[in-house]
Amino acid sequence: MKLHEYQAKALFAQYGIVIPRGQIACSIDEAGQAAASFGGACVLKAQIYAGGRGKAGGVALAHTVEQAREIARGLLHRRLVTAQSGEQGLPVNSLLVEEIVPVARELYLSLTLDRNAGYYCLIASPEGGVDIEQIARQTPERVRRLTIDPLVGLRAFHARGIARFLQLEGHLGDAAVELILSLYRCFLEKDASLLEINPLVVTEDNRLMAMDAKFSIDDSALFRQRDLAILKDDSQFDPLEVRAARSDIAYIKMDGRIGCLVNGAGLAMATLDMLTECGGHPANFLDVGGGADQEKVVQAFRILLEDPNVAGILVNIFGGIMRCDLIAESLIAAVKAIGNRIPIVVRMAGARREEGRQLLEEQTDLNIVWQDGLASAAHAIVQLLAPST
Amino acid sequence: MAILIDRDSRIVVQGLTGSSGRRHGLLCRDYGSQIVAGVTPGKGGMHIEGIPVFDTVAEAVETCRADVSMIFVPPPGAAEAILEASEAGIRLAVCITEGVPVRDMVLVNRALMSSSMRLIGPNCPGLITPGQCKVGILPGEIHHPGSIGVVSRSGTLTYEAVQQLTDAGLGQSTCVGIGGDPIIGTSFIDVLTLFNDDPDTEGVFLIGEIGGTAEEQAAAWIRQHMRKPVAAYIAGMTAPPGKRMGHAGAIVSGGAGRAVDKISALQDSGVMIAESPASMAIAMQKALNAAGSGSHDS
Repeated sequence: MKLHEYQAKALFAQYGIVIPRGQIACSIDEAGQAAASFGGACVLKAQIYAGGRGKAGGVALAHTVEQAREIARGLLHRRLVTAQSGEQGLPVNSLLVEEIVPVARELYLSLTLDRNAGYYCLIASPEGGVDIEQIARQTPERVRRLTIDPLVGLRAFHARGIARFLQLEGHLGDAAVELILSLYRCFLEKDASLLEINPLVVTEDNRLMAMDAKFSIDDSALFRQRDLAILKDDSQFDPLEVRAARSDIAYIKMDGRIGCLVNGAGLAMATLDMLTECGGHPANFLDVGGGADQEKVVQAFRILLEDPNVAGILVNIFGGIMRCDLIAESLIAAVKAIGNRIPIVVRMAGARREEGRQLLEEQTDLNIVWQDGLASAAHAIVQLLAPST
Repeated sequence: MAILIDRDSRIVVQGLTGSSGRRHGLLCRDYGSQIVAGVTPGKGGMHIEGIPVFDTVAEAVETCRADVSMIFVPPPGAAEAILEASEAGIRLAVCITEGVPVRDMVLVNRALMSSSMRLIGPNCPGLITPGQCKVGILPGEIHHPGSIGVVSRSGTLTYEAVQQLTDAGLGQSTCVGIGGDPIIGTSFIDVLTLFNDDPDTEGVFLIGEIGGTAEEQAAAWIRQHMRKPVAAYIAGMTAPPGKRMGHAGAIVSGGAGRAVDKISALQDSGVMIAESPASMAIAMQKALNAAGSGSHDS
């Protein structure tokens, strides 16, 4: 789960990390008032769950209150498309309005998981404000990566080494040590999966300040981070994804016409691959999970049928612990409850498959076609939809 | 003889008194696994269908000589359950639990470095040595004893692969689901190493997916060390970047973790790639034929 920049900065402030003065604005008037509190000179930053805002016009400078209002009018309650937001863009419901801080140097600092080591790691670079992956490729000596042994932790001597690497000396060096240790404490206490300050700046008046903030939280830890879990901004997701999440269904909207209902994440990915191989375009990734009950299957069906792009559905179930005949019953119940006008191809394998098949084939008026194999099922749904394209 | 588990494995179920622990503990016993004990703190002295329950893993080890643990403890207590198994002298812990916080696993991962216990999972379907022993939630009936080792990050996709192998007359020595989380106890390379040294395994089928670089590392290892034919399928060719595809570890981020890179790394190491999820067994048979050991066993 991601946090907005303003929420991340508020958390940083709680940990003693210096951030620019700022206010959140949800309307043009609020943006104007915030700008006025800085004498008109301010930076306005669109709050969305995606990076690449600067290049997309989501971060803008104003010198007067009127300019700030004008910028707010152009950004608020519109969708902002950035390199990372997807083609549809994300809705801008709030702006972070901050003081303009004159900057002497820009640096980079982050904490994340090193999957290979199974440890957390700190990444630092004296080159901030730019794409860190590009720096790592072009000038790897300008990026320092420190793997953190969880039994030792991130210590002051580690932080001093990083401060030196960032060429921060004297009182700035001390500030950097304090900031790095605070950031690590915040990372652990909030179960973060990524904390990134890009740029971390040295201001012209020689202060160390977090100018930007990216904050992601481990979804698996939300049960013990309830005060953060409630910050989730549903407006940043497709409404169907929000619905699916509430039913504990893993669902990702895509842009094709074939709705997919599968049990298991790996099999769901393979089903999308299979469809694509057959010339089809999946409308979604959907994993009902291993222990799906009838209620969940009905929910999954509703989500598929409510997507206006879905012209046909492919169901792929491998019955293990979850028996095919129970899934077949759930499917029938779902289609009967919701009603259905579009073709559904069902493929099942594994436990009690024949019983499932029999149940489905008894229902001749539900527009359900049975297929034995994964490939033949994918071909069947692609062909059923072909004439109408 | 297979790898990791066989008919002599003595299994304790941590979380036996919970609904999944009970259900799958009994299903494993029905399959033929020796479920010798259960552990739930505070429920010691109880019995579940004749299986004694203890408060601690240490008691289960001492009283029932358990050497393998199957863990169904919910996420908040899963890490502690793994650590307890390790300290009690368990040889192999299989953590089925999905949704264990990464911070907990970072610590477990570090603690297990000085332990002789092997961890499989978390967030995995477990493992099975067909005809002998099952530890986990895999459907026993699709498996057939034979000489193909299967290793996978997935659940139902593995069952799909196994069904295809069984239908093609390719039985399995052992099938191991290593789990779909970013931090897991046992890697592809660990399992490949075991299969490489197992006289009952003639070839290996590997099922990978997007996210991380475990498949690339496996490819590098295979090129250097693997003496047996390997075939593989990688799921997620069509996954959109930046989205987490169900599994906590299945995400393409910053250009890393892409299926195409994994496939080309494996191909470069001589692994036979199943181009389609419908042709997994065909790829395995091709790999065996190419290695000159295309024996059918059934």
